[in-house]
Amino acid sequence: MKSPFWRRFTRNKGAVAGMAVLLAVVVVALLGPWIATNDPWGMVQQPFLRPWTEPGFALGTDTLGRDILSGMIYGARISLLIGAVSTVVALLIGITLGAVAGYFGGLVDAALMRFTEIFQAVPSFALAIVLVAIFQPSVGSIVTAIAIVSWPPVARLVRSEFLTLRQRDFVQAALLAGQSTPRIILTQILPNAMSPIIVMASLMVATAILLESSLSFLGLGDPNQMSWGYMVGSARTVLRQAWWMALFPGLAIVLTVLALNLVGEGLSDGLNTRLDGRTK
Amino acid sequence: MKRLQFMLTRVLQGLLAIVLIATVNFMLVRAAPGDPVSVLAGEAGASDPQFVAQLRTQFGLDQPITTQLATYLGKVVTLDLGFSYRQQQPVLKLIMDRLPATLLLTGSAFVLSLLFGVTLGALSARRAGTWVDSAITVVALIFYATPLYWLALMAVLVFTVQLAWLPGFGFSTVGSGLTGFALAWDIAQHLLLPALTLALFYMAVYARMTRAAMLDVAQMDFVKTARAKGVKPGRILRAHVLRNALLPVVTLAGIQAGGMIGGAVLTETVFAWPGIGRLMFDALLQRDYSLLLGSFLVTAAMAVLFNLITDLVYTLVDPRIEL
Amino acid sequence: MSSAVNPTQPVLAIVDLSIALPTGADRALAVERASLSVLPGQTLCVVGESGSGKSMIANAVMGLLPRPHVAPVNGQILFEGTDLLTLTEPQMRELRGRRIGMIFQEPMTALNPVMRIGEQIGEVFDAHIKVPAAEKRRRILAALADVGLPDPELTIDSYPFRLSGGQRQRVMIACALVLEPVLLICDEPTTALDVTTQAQILKLIRELQQRRGTAVLFITHDFGVVSEIADQVVVMQTGQVVEAGAVRDVLDAPQHPYTRKLINAIPDGQAQRATPTDEVARVLQVQDLCKTYRSGNGLFKRGRSVQAAKDISFELKRGETLGLVGESGSGKSSVGRCLVGLAPFDSGRILFKGRNLSQGAAFRKEAAGKIQMVFQDPYASLNPRHKVGAAIAGGPIAQGVSKTEAMARALELLKLVGLGADAAQRYPHEFSGGQRQRIAIARALAMQPELLVADEPVSALDVSVQAQVLELFAQVREQFQLAMVFITHDLRVAGQMCDHIAVMQRGEVVEYGETHKVLGDPRHAYTRKLIEAVPRIASPPHHLTMAVA
Repeated sequence: MKSPFWRRFTRNKGAVAGMAVLLAVVVVALLGPWIATNDPWGMVQQPFLRPWTEPGFALGTDTLGRDILSGMIYGARISLLIGAVSTVVALLIGITLGAVAGYFGGLVDAALMRFTEIFQAVPSFALAIVLVAIFQPSVGSIVTAIAIVSWPPVARLVRSEFLTLRQRDFVQAALLAGQSTPRIILTQILPNAMSPIIVMASLMVATAILLESSLSFLGLGDPNQMSWGYMVGSARTVLRQAWWMALFPGLAIVLTVLALNLVGEGLSDGLNTRLDGRTK
Repeated sequence: MKRLQFMLTRVLQGLLAIVLIATVNFMLVRAAPGDPVSVLAGEAGASDPQFVAQLRTQFGLDQPITTQLATYLGKVVTLDLGFSYRQQQPVLKLIMDRLPATLLLTGSAFVLSLLFGVTLGALSARRAGTWVDSAITVVALIFYATPLYWLALMAVLVFTVQLAWLPGFGFSTVGSGLTGFALAWDIAQHLLLPALTLALFYMAVYARMTRAAMLDVAQMDFVKTARAKGVKPGRILRAHVLRNALLPVVTLAGIQAGGMIGGAVLTETVFAWPGIGRLMFDALLQRDYSLLLGSFLVTAAMAVLFNLITDLVYTLVDPRIEL
Repeated sequence: MSSAVNPTQPVLAIVDLSIALPTGADRALAVERASLSVLPGQTLCVVGESGSGKSMIANAVMGLLPRPHVAPVNGQILFEGTDLLTLTEPQMRELRGRRIGMIFQEPMTALNPVMRIGEQIGEVFDAHIKVPAAEKRRRILAALADVGLPDPELTIDSYPFRLSGGQRQRVMIACALVLEPVLLICDEPTTALDVTTQAQILKLIRELQQRRGTAVLFITHDFGVVSEIADQVVVMQTGQVVEAGAVRDVLDAPQHPYTRKLINAIPDGQAQRATPTDEVARVLQVQDLCKTYRSGNGLFKRGRSVQAAKDISFELKRGETLGLVGESGSGKSSVGRCLVGLAPFDSGRILFKGRNLSQGAAFRKEAAGKIQMVFQDPYASLNPRHKVGAAIAGGPIAQGVSKTEAMARALELLKLVGLGADAAQRYPHEFSGGQRQRIAIARALAMQPELLVADEPVSALDVSVQAQVLELFAQVREQFQLAMVFITHDLRVAGQMCDHIAVMQRGEVVEYGETHKVLGDPRHAYTRKLIEAVPRIASPPHHLTMAVA
């Protein structure tokens, strides 16, 4: 357990704290339906109930009398789900394109890079809005939209890693040994490129959660899912009367995203070693 | 001469990008569920059969798809972005009316974020390891994790609702009839909260990047050479470390610009700032897809233009680029 | 300003200096109770291999150690009588650049890339004395001319990227010497330079020293350099001074076994092996090989082309070794890559065992792994994520050999190269540079090659390790009767290892023939220049180096 990776990771106090918070959120999300006392859509109390005035409704209720605490618990589920899935999809696209561009170089690389650049030139949030609006909001369209705007940085990273590693002598030696191209990409190069990809992945989940909540805030969330962004969005017009409707879900987002960022930094510390034994 | 060639190439690339985005718009309309005409007409327009028929001929929707694309691109090139039935105005006019407000907002936010971000980042690097560094890093981390719209709402809650220090909505005080300097001051007051809110996230980004870049550069050989020459620490920081650390920050600023323009949508929505972002939000609510896509194209064009400018700035700042 | 120079009072006297390393390093003290002294106008060389602590001493004198992790814990550094270890940082800053100058190893990264050369030299003035702008410019131009830079007027306004490594090193020397310090510290300043450039820089430092009477503390790993420029020498091993004295004494009659080992490890340029028997079969024939690199072709930009290889022709028989010798930019590495099929060539033919090999991936396929390469950087030639045994067996497995047989072969080869079978389960980072090169050799041998191309295989190794690896090459060559192409910039290594030498300059072979003829009776001017430039230990009769015409 006390491998060098964990030693370096745990040396970063922030990362440890982040990990703890993240685990708590994951647990809440997993156990969601069993710990939430109310159906998040159920209008079970008087509207605009202030927090800590009624037992069982610790965080108050919203415009329609829905329990905010339960809403937040269900919100955790949807945020983590969308965050994780869209990141995985973005990684698949980005790693594939980046690996091909970086390994083959030349025209293939130039073409793929132009393609990536154009994607990156477009403001990603605006594109996400348009995509979700046109294809009607649903978990599927949101995941797709986030994946589509998130893959370019992955592709760039993987491409630059592959470009460097491709020229390394051990890859040249593998070529001399007659190893096939797919074998070289998968067994020689990719394992050495994983560390920065992993770090980027954790940061991408954070960005995905922010993106999803922003979309929900604007009313582009899946109408069947209670998400944190939607909750803040519904507070926008009644801010004066019910500040708690906006405060708590927002805090949840901040904490979760912060935790992910801290874990990302810890991973970067933990993985960022010179495994070749050379002193820095 | 070489610089001119470079500019020309980049402008052509930019134009190509915009054409490609317009094509994507075109494909999106076709790919959306339902009849493309009703998508173009928007929710309001779809109920008017005359309008729908007009659109059908205008966009040549009964013609082969390549002709449709050519027609569409032709319209884009002549800046005909369609007609908003709901608002009864050409899309282009609606956008142009709102453009200055967005430029003002994103422009000020950009300047603020760079100025404070780089300063704080440099301060953090200079005092690396001390409480100043920790404080700035923690604050940056928090703002980096905060959703823009929530920050905006909280800002309104605190500064407008509770403290009544600053106005929280709109561009200027409605119906006040102010002119000249008084008007400018009024606008500035309305601008402060939205610009600051939009800037805070990016301030965190630039602060972190500047700090990391400066710490990196401080390890480099030429800094050691400068120390061996007896150069004073202040000059080393400015002329050696910062001058080199700013290069990646400039590159980053170009990349982040697209994000800032997207973030303007959220800020303008919360603060009722009359810009393109707000326009997009209204278009969303009204299911006015022509307006939505038109706004998207314009924001994308803005981002492309901005990237071009930062590229040019970078070539001016880095003497190794041979132009 | 300067006190009356007392020829017997040392400029720099280090007394019993110990420098501690942070906890967790491989030893507690980087430097242990080291003492040395440099007299005015004299050069003291500190010689040692990597990890000997020699650079630490140089950094300690200038106060540039990475404190607080690495710090002096004992002893004194007396500069003109004052203990530098007791001075405050502002006081040290006063001395740096003004009384003590320093130049470093890597000229390519030693200058600020976004600051003009003139400004970088001008900084030294600004930091210490007030000089009006016109005067400052005049003095900077004079300094640039002094260090032999052509066209100072142009250079003063240029950025570093326009200058070559040697030129940048000259700029560094200008910065260090412009205020006429009494002590110049040189931390391996020529290690990263070509041999001819190295010779020029050494000559420059000698000249400047003689003209100004500067004391020089010169750190190096090369005894040849010591022989050329030093008056006094100090030999260091793992942080301790093992021998010290006048250069002639130490080189002619080294007392300490380590010193003797270092001096003997230097390749002496004598072919030590028996000439091969009358093999007729030619393993390799290269005819009129040409390769051009083209870069930067854009829509509006014209690209640049560099001819890396021009009409290269040579042949090789079984059991023979050809040395491809040249400096950086000579094209020798490009030719090497073409020979193994890792780079395509533009025209000409490569015949392997009489068969004309086609281009690209087909080349490698036709060669069926019988042409192998050993690479230069031992830290980059093994995949850090693969175990050593798997790395060696990977080649044969890709060629169709069964897994068990491949592993058996790997174990056998590990034993052959002196590493033992249990190395197979370990990862590369657990081995030293020299050991990794052995593994790389084992990996190449696993393919049972008939032609082995070694691309600067010992350049990145310490001199004593270098000797061992060269011995291994010789042994392996004998045992398997390999034809070898040995690429190197070091004529001494080529002299020791090769039967024939081809000297390359800017893509062309300027001289080609048997080793003893090329080295003993060089015909081309460049070959002569190369031989001249090699730092030689001027020898007493019993220690022969290369014969010079």
